[in-house]
Amino acid sequence: MSIDQSTAAKVAKLARIKVEDDALPALASEFNTILGFIEQLNEVDVEGVEPMVSVTPMRLKRRQDQVTDGSQQDKVLTNAPDAREGFFAVPKVVE
Amino acid sequence: MSDLNKLGLAEARDALRKGETTSVELTDACLTAIDAADALNAFVHKTPEIAMERAKAADARIKEGDAPSMCGLPIGIKDLFCTKGVPSQAASKILEGFKPEYESTVSQQLADAGAVMLGKLNMDEFAMGSSNETSVYGNAVSPWRRGNDDAQLTPGGSSGGSASAVAADLCLAATGTDTGGSIRQPAAFVGITGIKPTYGRCSRWGIVAFASSLDQAGPMTKNVRDAAIMLETMCGHDPKDSTSAELAVPDFEAMLTGDIKGKKIGIPKEYRMDGMPAEIEKLWSDGADMLKTAGAEIVDISLPHTKYALPAYYVIAPAEASSNLARYDGVRYGRRATLAQGDGITEMYEKTRAEGFGHEVQRRVMIGTYVLSAGFYDAYYNRARRVRTLIKKDFEDVFAAGVDAILTPATPSAAFGLGEMTEADPVQMYLNDVFTVTVNLAGLPGISVPAGLDKQGLPLGLQLIGRPWEEGDLLNTAYALETAAGFVAKPAKWW
Repeated sequence: MSIDQSTAAKVAKLARIKVEDDALPALASEFNTILGFIEQLNEVDVEGVEPMVSVTPMRLKRRQDQVTDGSQQDKVLTNAPDAREGFFAVPKVVE
Repeated sequence: MSDLNKLGLAEARDALRKGETTSVELTDACLTAIDAADALNAFVHKTPEIAMERAKAADARIKEGDAPSMCGLPIGIKDLFCTKGVPSQAASKILEGFKPEYESTVSQQLADAGAVMLGKLNMDEFAMGSSNETSVYGNAVSPWRRGNDDAQLTPGGSSGGSASAVAADLCLAATGTDTGGSIRQPAAFVGITGIKPTYGRCSRWGIVAFASSLDQAGPMTKNVRDAAIMLETMCGHDPKDSTSAELAVPDFEAMLTGDIKGKKIGIPKEYRMDGMPAEIEKLWSDGADMLKTAGAEIVDISLPHTKYALPAYYVIAPAEASSNLARYDGVRYGRRATLAQGDGITEMYEKTRAEGFGHEVQRRVMIGTYVLSAGFYDAYYNRARRVRTLIKKDFEDVFAAGVDAILTPATPSAAFGLGEMTEADPVQMYLNDVFTVTVNLAGLPGISVPAGLDKQGLPLGLQLIGRPWEEGDLLNTAYALETAAGFVAKPAKWW
């Protein structure tokens, strides 16, 4: 499988990382090197093998559905790049 | 006592208990050493006030006779651990200015046991790298050099700052994390001990996530006894990590008898790589001989899917990273890019992530995005997870056949020079983890023990892989190997 520039641009868009057009050929070429390495996996017979979900056999534990934390709006907002009136602030989302 | 910073954890603990020194003196010696070692770029956020405050509190505890084994011992914390009120950036520009309002479970357990935090340690950005060259803080530098050559060498990665700091005696020990070899490879490169415990032993809560199904914290120390002491403090069930194991933590130090008579040690034939340096081959067979002399039985084993571990890892780890790193969006914490007039929220995400993530992190996030995207999920991600099942089964089969531990080289070479791999393609750098990554995929404990020097005078390590949850037994085998290898070399001070 070979990745062309338009696929590389699509992947960058999906990952929400801005990549300038002139950087796309190099990016596509790096992807192809890595995917070429990954292609080795096609040599393995995986017929009937379950994909691993958890490396240690364990059931996820359940907990009581109750409030154990909260009321720390100030702390939650301390590290925000832009916080106003008790909210995270972002550029306009809805016209 | 002189050169207090050169002590190990056990020695310093014993000296504290006997009243031969104080935590304040130990801490002061380390802070002085740290200030004189800026050339190593190991400590990237120094916390001398916190250190002195904790040292005084530890001295008071010791006086009262309430002294757990880590009490009063000065250590460094990898920047991947969230530490309350102290910058915790995962060596990334995107977390610039981030000061957590909370403390990771592991660093909290260490603090509760009285350990003294000296500061935060350099690493590869988001733990993605094998040479500490992807850090926003710049390269961490190894205290080791090739003879009289003054070329700077890598301390390995991703826990490069931890490795450099412990090897240079800037601290008594340090925390590391290991997703594909990030404790064991740097430990081997600088001649110290590093253990990655069984997946689920240490809580991942409050540790910046890279690949959640592979990440584990562990100690990086000056010897195996110290690793046993520090690991015990770091382990334990935590309700805040759903994959944390609800198992009792044994007294690992008490299990260090050095008696390995009758233990079966496997030598996997698939780890004999083409082009492996003769010195590593010899180190490995010498290691097997040492364990045999100590009474172990050496058996040849096969782990047939070894070859596919790295390619499987480079699907699974980036896939999980692309998901974990989606949270860095410039909204809740860290850095937001400066926006142009009319930029909307999508431009904010894209510009923030383009300028906040370094090149290697961007590459892995995008590879992860690709292998998880519609149409490729089965071909790449599900296939890699199937191969992972087979890799784990390889180990289960040899353990079922009675093997107690597996001996391998820790790395395919000694430390290389900083910048030497810049021109190589990314896959060449990934090959550093060829002997360590299988252990993460199978969730097993693995330890790297320094075992010799190469002809350039650089340390080489051997790795022992243990059965799940049997860190105590693994540490004891490592202890026997350490005793037999008698590695005592230290880097000559140039910094």
